[in-house]
Amino acid sequence: MVDLLKRLTEANGVSGNENEVRELIRQEVEGLADEIKVDRIGNLIAVKKGKSNSKKVMLAAHMDEVGFIISGIGDNGMLKFKTVGGIDPRVLVSKRVRIGSKRYAGVFGIKAIHLQEPEERENAVKLKQMYIDIGAKSKEEAEKIVKPGDYAAFDSAFVPFGQNKVKAKALDDRVGCAVMIELLKDRYDFDLVACFTVQEEVGLRGAEVAAYHIKPDMAVVLEGTTCSDVPGVDEHLYSTVMGKGPAISFMDRTSIGNKSLIKALTAVAEEKGIPYQFKKGTTGGNDAGKIHLSRGGVPSVVVSVPCRYIHSPSSVMDLNDFYNTQKLMYEFLKGCEIV
Amino acid sequence: MKELLQRLTAAYGPSGSEEPIREVIKNEIKDYVDEINVDVMGNLIAVKHGSGKKVMLAAHMDQIGVMVTHIDEKGFLRFSNVGGVGVPDIIHRSVSFQNGLVGVIGYETGDDKGWKETRLDKMYIDIGAKSREEAEKMVNIGDVAVFTPSFAESNGKFISGAMDDRAGCALLIETIKRLKKSPHELYFVFTVQEEVGLRGARTSAFSVNPDMGIAVDVTLTGDTPNARPMAVKLGAGPAIKVKDASVLAHPRVKALMVKRAKEAGIPYQMEILDFGGTDSGAIHLTRGGIPSGVLSIPCRYVHSAHEMVDAMDMENGVKLLVKILEEEIDI
Repeated sequence: MVDLLKRLTEANGVSGNENEVRELIRQEVEGLADEIKVDRIGNLIAVKKGKSNSKKVMLAAHMDEVGFIISGIGDNGMLKFKTVGGIDPRVLVSKRVRIGSKRYAGVFGIKAIHLQEPEERENAVKLKQMYIDIGAKSKEEAEKIVKPGDYAAFDSAFVPFGQNKVKAKALDDRVGCAVMIELLKDRYDFDLVACFTVQEEVGLRGAEVAAYHIKPDMAVVLEGTTCSDVPGVDEHLYSTVMGKGPAISFMDRTSIGNKSLIKALTAVAEEKGIPYQFKKGTTGGNDAGKIHLSRGGVPSVVVSVPCRYIHSPSSVMDLNDFYNTQKLMYEFLKGCEIV
Repeated sequence: MKELLQRLTAAYGPSGSEEPIREVIKNEIKDYVDEINVDVMGNLIAVKHGSGKKVMLAAHMDQIGVMVTHIDEKGFLRFSNVGGVGVPDIIHRSVSFQNGLVGVIGYETGDDKGWKETRLDKMYIDIGAKSREEAEKMVNIGDVAVFTPSFAESNGKFISGAMDDRAGCALLIETIKRLKKSPHELYFVFTVQEEVGLRGARTSAFSVNPDMGIAVDVTLTGDTPNARPMAVKLGAGPAIKVKDASVLAHPRVKALMVKRAKEAGIPYQMEILDFGGTDSGAIHLTRGGIPSGVLSIPCRYVHSAHEMVDAMDMENGVKLLVKILEEEIDI
């Protein structure tokens, strides 16, 4: 499972450009799923037929990650860029990116501190002060390898460290993708429709389309979510705590979790002795926001793996939370009765 | 109508936890409709059969509230908002949980910055508990509290929390009861989760798939001292919406409402709301589009513990709805 997570996080798939990660996932689920298809917006949908009925349980994890799109090339050969999805500009300076399908290297540059005006030094770095340096001497040289519209993704290796911890980019939401791939190894009473969605980071777009054509009877969204259990944050503002198990959401900006599903999940966790927590943060949103409002409504719930520093090149996760999320979901789906 | 409104505003039902208010409404209307259903989202859908136009009338059951996110070691509860909760509206207010537990909302005063600088994440609910253990016997993370119900009448005005939108629910219920005969197929939908994004209206409109939609909700007024300008007054009749941030009322629906008000001699006013939205915002964009309008009840102090509506506006609102539904609908 760790190896799978490494492959998934090291593949690129900025929103709207999910090809590379989709191909990787397709290879992983071939042989596990009974049907695999890609819909018109680009979601990869893997179906595992049910043993005893044709009710549909939709699982959703998004394939896409936050990143950048090249918006122009300056006369000096430096690249202008726009962010894709929510990125804190302060995390960018001196970070490496890989541009386009050929993965050309680049680095975020900014003028040195001693050259900055006093007010520039006192304020947080702004996106417009930065550029991507690809080592080109001129516009002409840069244009040979990069063109406006090319995507760039963080260049960050998957690194195990500490006690069962890992550092990687895009744990939000490749960890959800990894859990879903694992769940496809088993067969359940109902049809399991595992949906690897596109464009979550720019507005839950893939999930909206997928839920409409899948018409599920219920849905579980698997996420890598914020974890703010760090110095300088009051305990009541910890959105989740790393190592305390999968986080079940009561509410966020885009949905209120279905109460019976929350109850069923916690009952399974208690019965099987799987640690879990409730997500305290109520900001942010995810694919459940669109899925639960699809057509006449779909009972939906969100289960997340806590990840520190999401939307940066170095998010940090406890592998035990990942294993326990997979375990909780497996037990839940095994005993799940759909009403 | 007063007693009905009193029962409705006293019932518990924040967004996502509408079960108690749904039961109250179900009991009020069950003898007057042909069919009652509760859908996946929790919307209560009551049907009066007919062969004319299929009309959806929507009023939201849910109310704003505060959700417990953390219980500290001293027994104080930290919370997040459910819907639009303003800091000045909740400071030192009493709130009640579904099990009857009452608390008072306070805020951290140690930094001496005063209430203007405070935020919801620096506020707490004090339920009088001595410790986390004591608090956990009565309340859990995820539980939601609402303004402690209170109801008063003053100079022909009703004052209570949750007028938004129990006043609209009362209006629909009275309409159901008074409507003698209508040629139309009528869907009275008491929606969930309006306060968090018009969510119940979105899914119920998809299922019902009506020919026309009318939402009934409260709106703001501009008739208090040095108020933000707005041409809606308390007591000047129900308001026919022109626009808000979620919908431009369909011209024919709007015209129909005005026409019927004039015919029946019912006072009315036109409403333009600069911000905010209501269920018609979701209904009118369902499927290929549904002609939709809004009947608004003027209301002062919306989203506070003491929202004020006018008894005659309510009465005239019922008369107008009954008139619209009894007559031909040509849109």
